Amino acid sequence: MRSLATTWQTVGPYFRIGMERLMVADIAGEGVEGQRIRVQVRVLDGDDVPIPDAVLEVWQANSHGKYAHPEDTQDKPLEQRFRGYGRIGTDDDGWLRFDTVKPGPVPGPGDVDQAPHLVVGLMMRGLLKRLVTRMYFPGEVLNQTDPILMLVEGARRKTLVARAGVEDVKVLTWEIHMQGKDETVFFEL
Amino acid sequence: MGLIAPYRRPYAGTQPEYLHAPYVSTVKRAPTRPLVAIPQTLSEVTGPHFGKDDIVQGAFDLTKQHAGEPLGERIVVSGRVLDEDGRPMPHTLVEIWQCNAAGRYLHKRDQHNAPLDPNFTGQGHTMTDEQGRYRFVTIRPGEYPWANHYNAWRPAHIHFSLFGPAFATRIITQMYFPGDPLLPFDPIYNCTADVAARERLISRFDWETTIPQEALGYEFDVILLGRDATPTEEPKRR
Ligand SMILES: [Fe+2]
Repeated sequence: MRSLATTWQTVGPYFRIGMERLMVADIAGEGVEGQRIRVQVRVLDGDDVPIPDAVLEVWQANSHGKYAHPEDTQDKPLEQRFRGYGRIGTDDDGWLRFDTVKPGPVPGPGDVDQAPHLVVGLMMRGLLKRLVTRMYFPGEVLNQTDPILMLVEGARRKTLVARAGVEDVKVLTWEIHMQGKDETVFFEL
Repeated sequence: MGLIAPYRRPYAGTQPEYLHAPYVSTVKRAPTRPLVAIPQTLSEVTGPHFGKDDIVQGAFDLTKQHAGEPLGERIVVSGRVLDEDGRPMPHTLVEIWQCNAAGRYLHKRDQHNAPLDPNFTGQGHTMTDEQGRYRFVTIRPGEYPWANHYNAWRPAHIHFSLFGPAFATRIITQMYFPGDPLLPFDPIYNCTADVAARERLISRFDWETTIPQEALGYEFDVILLGRDATPTEEPKRR
């Protein structure tokens, strides 16, 4: 007999008690290959008020486009020191920051390469279940053909693409708007 | 890579909607646009794996993290992590957090006028065994007031966070206690349309895991999304 998956409940405002231990803001430690980037994310509510009690989880492939997971059977190098997981909470001003390497492209539906992206899960007080989204990289040719981005109406795709810094292109800024005219695209898996 | 076998979507009504006005914090934080349905790709059917190195030995026992014993009623909370087809989920990380017996969290934002317990942090974690079983020793958390509406009190609960095999199977939930009179009044517990799905969040008193002269046992199973055997490129609906 089939049972049904357990119901989600909010992380609430006090998730740090349980989730702090595995907070990871330095996703790619020393020796991990690839282009180093810093990502700064701001999370804003429907009144554009910064959200100080959100937690973001990142899942990503390494710079070769390989996930540290048994179901990734691609013939690409794995790196022992790279799990590809990050967990970061927002500060009092709704900001969170993490360092990582830019992931390589991974295959998508029909074996079409997906553009480099971070898979993102977002939780907070007031979210009864996780929101799933993705962060894409600015100026990527593959963004024009990415099979997931193509499912998003053209005008909203920009909500998924981070901005490169003016002074340092390796510093990316991404705003997550829960609501409003720039509401971020969230996915149903 | 060939075709990807996706994890199932949740059965209708068994998961909360984002906007649930009785829980006031959802009003400015729930998305207003429909979610964009996407097929699961390699990115979603993979996910982080944790091993023994990520676990502190003894972290399953929340009553032994300090010099003295925490105040409150000692309990054992145990159960299994399974998927929707009853397959055990071995070696998966389970993290929990909770308030102390007086209903106070060890957190700077918790201003509830109830005492902190110097012998209780409220953080625990463990890994499921080969059969998907987990076990925690802790104290029964207290009920606590919150600002959601007039005279609002949260029923006693323990927060649970699990990964399972994939990004798609991630779940964070709350476990409740049988017979809690606050459950009918709680907008978070009642956020899910399906009554049976809600009731599965209530643990069961378990005489078998109760330790004589020591601790009451509560059983709580966590079910992760199942997976259809046939790979497909279309997202499955049911
Ligand atoms: Fe709580």
